[in-house]
Amino acid sequence: MRNSSLFFLYLSTGVFLLGLLLLHAAFSEKARQENLGEKAAMVKALRLTDLCLFTEARYTRHLSQADLNTAFQDHPLSLEHFPSGSFTQPPKELPNAHESLD
Amino acid sequence: MRAWIEKQRYIIDFTISSLLRRKVKNFGLLALYTLIVFILASTMFFTYSIKKEASLILKGAPEIVVQKIVAGRHDLFPLSYIETIKSIRGVAAVESRLWGYYYDSLVSANYTLLTPPGQAEAAGTVAVVDSGASFRPCRSSQPCKSPAKTTAVESESGAPHAADLSKPLFEFNGIALEPGTLIIGNGIARLRNIGKGDYMPFLTFDGKVVNFKIAGTLSSQSELVSADLMLITGADFRKLFGIDNSVVTDLTVAVNNPSEVAMVASKIKKRLPQARPIIRDEILRTYDSIFNWRGGMMIVIFSAAVLAFVIFAWDKASGLSAGERREIGILKAVGWETSDVIQMKFWEGAMISLTAFFSGVILAYIHVFFTGSIVFEPALKGWSSLYPHFELTPFINLEQLTTLFFLTVVPYTVATIVPIWRAATIDPDSAMRFTGE
Amino acid sequence: MIELVNVKKVFNAGNPSEFSALNSVSLYIEGNQVTVLKGPSGSGKTTLLSIVGCMSRPSAGRVKLNGREITSLPERFLTDIRRKTFGFIFQQPNLIKGISVLDNVMLPAYPLGEKRSHLKMKAMKGLSELNIADKSASKVEWLSGGEAQRASIVRALINDPHIIIADEPTAHLDTKLSYRFMEIIEKFKSEGKTVIITSHDPLVYESAIVDSVVKLRDGQIEASST
Repeated sequence: MRNSSLFFLYLSTGVFLLGLLLLHAAFSEKARQENLGEKAAMVKALRLTDLCLFTEARYTRHLSQADLNTAFQDHPLSLEHFPSGSFTQPPKELPNAHESLD
Repeated sequence: MRAWIEKQRYIIDFTISSLLRRKVKNFGLLALYTLIVFILASTMFFTYSIKKEASLILKGAPEIVVQKIVAGRHDLFPLSYIETIKSIRGVAAVESRLWGYYYDSLVSANYTLLTPPGQAEAAGTVAVVDSGASFRPCRSSQPCKSPAKTTAVESESGAPHAADLSKPLFEFNGIALEPGTLIIGNGIARLRNIGKGDYMPFLTFDGKVVNFKIAGTLSSQSELVSADLMLITGADFRKLFGIDNSVVTDLTVAVNNPSEVAMVASKIKKRLPQARPIIRDEILRTYDSIFNWRGGMMIVIFSAAVLAFVIFAWDKASGLSAGERREIGILKAVGWETSDVIQMKFWEGAMISLTAFFSGVILAYIHVFFTGSIVFEPALKGWSSLYPHFELTPFINLEQLTTLFFLTVVPYTVATIVPIWRAATIDPDSAMRFTGE
Repeated sequence: MIELVNVKKVFNAGNPSEFSALNSVSLYIEGNQVTVLKGPSGSGKTTLLSIVGCMSRPSAGRVKLNGREITSLPERFLTDIRRKTFGFIFQQPNLIKGISVLDNVMLPAYPLGEKRSHLKMKAMKGLSELNIADKSASKVEWLSGGEAQRASIVRALINDPHIIIADEPTAHLDTKLSYRFMEIIEKFKSEGKTVIITSHDPLVYESAIVDSVVKLRDGQIEASST
């Protein structure tokens, strides 16, 4: 087969596959509503506040409950030493302990 | 028009033959380029999906959580404060929460121990809220039943035996949580290889060993929120950690009017200066900014990718080898115009970048949504022993994808064409002299 | 056919290394004839050839092709004319390494976008006329000197040019192959084509096939004899 035909074949396969995957994404969203619903229901039922992503330390496990100081509870100069700390940032309202409520 | 198409095909033919001449170098280049796209696209898919999923799942999180802060640290919350909060106008309900962490040295893992709602109060008080009733139903088309059920029993404070009878029975998905038992998350079950009916020893606050029986496990589908959870009765929790009946960990507050949440929270803060209210919006926003590219490991990945890319483009743009120049000379001498040569170089850049883009993105999709981000797992797991198994729901941000496309294809193609400009414009006579050597 | 009027060519103009390759050359080349440009190296033969073949422009003077002036045409038109009118045979075969003989031969026709099956047929026909059809799929590195030269001739002919231009074609060929080459030239002439050759090989310029010899020395025409 001609080289250029091979390339076009590859390209169209690529486009087609990508299209398929995007369709998969669209369908999955629907199909996974049940799963999402189950998790959402659990959150409501148990009054949960965080995803269980980083179980290394207290303040990485419950990101939304931690405040500025929890990271430093171990030591005043405690630099971030958990790897997952590099994924998560302190909330935008840095100077305040919580967002402005007034 | 046909001639133009045919011409492009010829040029592509020739370009591919040209590239195949230096197979190792060009395949290496393509592989590296694809790898960069793969990493960037994987990162993109992963972070967007997690954020989207977090925003959907945590919609039902408590409207306000109130913590007590002493000297900058979390302190236990006195039950007596509840009255103060209940009296604020706009408060629909107040519930207390008992939860904490237990470190299991056997597997070096942290567990989150949680007392189900309605259990936190000591025996003898009444649960104010009927669990599951006051919150909105789930998203599915049928009205969703709360998986949790608490049968609240009224009682008066008084005789000790009456207290036992009045303890509410908690059920989760049909599994009953009785005193002395635990319902554990699937992550723990996996980590310690235990299941329903097994016993698990715990060390209490005063050094005693207590055995708990596993009543059941939470579903594997819900690991993203429950992998490290352990549901325990209120009494057992207090026994384990030595927590007095007069305190709880924190409170959750439900508000009558959703738009008044901030106002209620500020009132709480005013009346209880040591209180720290956290509203649901903050919770959701925390997860919105997770994995932001500006932070930590993300920026390292991003910078490395950009740098690698710049090196490629630089290599291409910084000029031609003698062999390439000679070849262009020959092409011009046999009748190719400057524009033909430039078209050839355009296809060279475009072919490599298009191939890299499609291969990289398709592989990234499979990587993130079919294999659960296997490449990222070590980084995400960090130092934790317990890591949830979860299948991310594919949420795709088309905007990001399109941007990635343009960033992948355009700069590289341009970089390939740039050095050609000078070489392509030499007149054939010089080419002939060159080639006449 | 091809007329040059007072053509000058200066290289590196304005620099200390400036030198004049052609000095006021006026020449008329007849159609359907074999013309040889003869002279020692440095006489400007190659320069003259490249101007005649629209490969470069003169620094001064005019060039006319079939009565039409082409000196100041934009590059795009010049290339078009060159592609359709001239077939160039270089001193070295100058084939592109790493691709097949067939691909090399079809190369000049790519920008014209001709149908591939048609083009391939033309190419194979040209290759078989010069007895190298069996080598069409081989990479050019595997060809002998003579085969490579023949392949480059086929390439020069792929667009059916009227005028064949050859620069020192026998420089790297042995006697037998040189005679073979002249036979090919004779065939061109019989097909009505015009041939212009530069050479300092007596085998070429003393050949009976040659119609006119133009002597060049130091960038000027010494004498021309027919």
